[in-house]
Amino acid sequence: MSTAVAGMSRNYWPFILPALIAVLGVIVFPWIFTLYMSVHDWNVSGTVTFVGFENYQKLFTDQRFYEAVGHTLYFTVLAVVFPVGLGLAAALTFHREFKGRGFLRGIFIMPMMATPVAVALVWTMMFHPQLGVLNYLLSLVGLPPASWVYNASTVIPTLVIVEIWHWTPLVMLIVLGGLANLPSEPYEAAEIDGATAFQKFRHITFPLILPNLMIALILRTIDALKAFDTIYVISQGGPGTASETMNIFLYLQAFAFFKLGYASAVVVIFFTVVILLSLLLLHVRQKTKWNV
Amino acid sequence: MAGYHKSGTKRWIDRLGLWLAVTLLVSPAILFFLWMISLSLKTEIDNIEWPPIFIPTAPTLANYVQVFAENNFGKYLLNSLLVTGGATLIGLAVGIPAGYGLAKMKATKLAGVIMIARMTPALSFLIPLFIAFQWLGLINTIWALVITHLVITIPIIVWVMMGTFEGLPQDLEDAALIDGATLWQSFLLVAMPLSRPGIVVATILSFIFSWNNFIFGVVLGGKDTKTLPVAVYSVLTFEQLSWGPLAAAALLVTAPVLIVTIIAQRQIVVGLTAGGLKD
Repeated sequence: MSTAVAGMSRNYWPFILPALIAVLGVIVFPWIFTLYMSVHDWNVSGTVTFVGFENYQKLFTDQRFYEAVGHTLYFTVLAVVFPVGLGLAAALTFHREFKGRGFLRGIFIMPMMATPVAVALVWTMMFHPQLGVLNYLLSLVGLPPASWVYNASTVIPTLVIVEIWHWTPLVMLIVLGGLANLPSEPYEAAEIDGATAFQKFRHITFPLILPNLMIALILRTIDALKAFDTIYVISQGGPGTASETMNIFLYLQAFAFFKLGYASAVVVIFFTVVILLSLLLLHVRQKTKWNV
Repeated sequence: MAGYHKSGTKRWIDRLGLWLAVTLLVSPAILFFLWMISLSLKTEIDNIEWPPIFIPTAPTLANYVQVFAENNFGKYLLNSLLVTGGATLIGLAVGIPAGYGLAKMKATKLAGVIMIARMTPALSFLIPLFIAFQWLGLINTIWALVITHLVITIPIIVWVMMGTFEGLPQDLEDAALIDGATLWQSFLLVAMPLSRPGIVVATILSFIFSWNNFIFGVVLGGKDTKTLPVAVYSVLTFEQLSWGPLAAAALLVTAPVLIVTIIAQRQIVVGLTAGGLKD
């Protein structure tokens, strides 16, 4: 039947065109415009001067920028490793069958659906050094009170706790997608050979879900690099600049100091890193059957 | 796979371990939201008590009343509904046909470009859009926010719908086309009705992630166009309000999303595992 209509010309472009125009307007135009802005000195009053690569040169000598890159890397490593590890454990757990699984899985993914700002406000209350419930919980197990986000040395790990709470469910969902597509034959064979549960995980499950883990890892890296809401609400990059990540630095340059050209140079660098990671993601995705 | 040869005790230990793992996994979420509810139902005196009071001694809705009475909460709610509703509706109007076209043309490269929009930091759109809206005189209007929120809604909808349409059998549409239907008729009368579940998933995810967005509103929202997440951060501050009303406001902002998550958890899980999408 499909051969009968194969000769008909099917033009699907009109279906795509409106979305394409919208995407060009709100996504592609800003990208190109940012490149243009990054080689100009641009302030809000409207005066625009071409400065070549001066913004970039300035950036590479800006101590505060280097510190921001350092904070971002520190934050990102922690905010990738823990959610991926815990998300894998959660996926293996929720892949098993038990009573009330759907409902409990719903509860488990609530943090990633909850409004980040609303959640961040409550975390701020929980981190309060005198009245916060977390220090009370520490005192219950005999630990001294922590200063959480109020201390330069603990602020980033503390923000990572919020990030783990928020985004472990996303990793769980991606890995769960891989577990759902596992074939049953290798397990039946392993069962006959008398393999232990750990051997089955190590030699069958793990290699088969590795692509999903890779996708989760890359996606988590991208999201951790651009984390904004919780950091902005809970610590505003402080104390001092102790938790000022690249994205917070960028925001302050653009919308607190209104150095739009300078900020655009940061965007271009940031953007390049994210695009490279995204291409890696697309590459891994094409090699998996996960995208069904 | 469930080891039928396992002994009774071993099975019992296995189940115990499973439930222990489940409890450990869900308790951070449960405890957090219970604490949030507890804060919102307690009086100021209870909230600054040490050791903290977990179950309110005299639960009160006064904090909720205060949020509505003393702030323009109703106005911010309306702003949020307009922005999220507008961006989701426009997103559906352009995103469903686009998902269809991309699925039919198997244009994965083009779809990849749309996907990259989800990856790039919001601020990479915001600086140029901020300037463009200044030129167009759209700063401090709801429209500026609706347009910007399309950055969130279109990619989600296109991606989910593309997956949905790819999964549809081609035969029915071929039959319609042979009978003389146009491509648009085939899309509207055959493919669309078969894709209702996908449209529901796309709508839910688009609504949630647009509702939750904070950064667009912070940069582009004026005094009168603040959405709820922005208002909760900038108007209802710690300087101005105590913990009770603030927790009540935070709960009101996120409650619609949490309720939808619980009701539609199956669809959300399907949508997110298929797309790996987020904001």
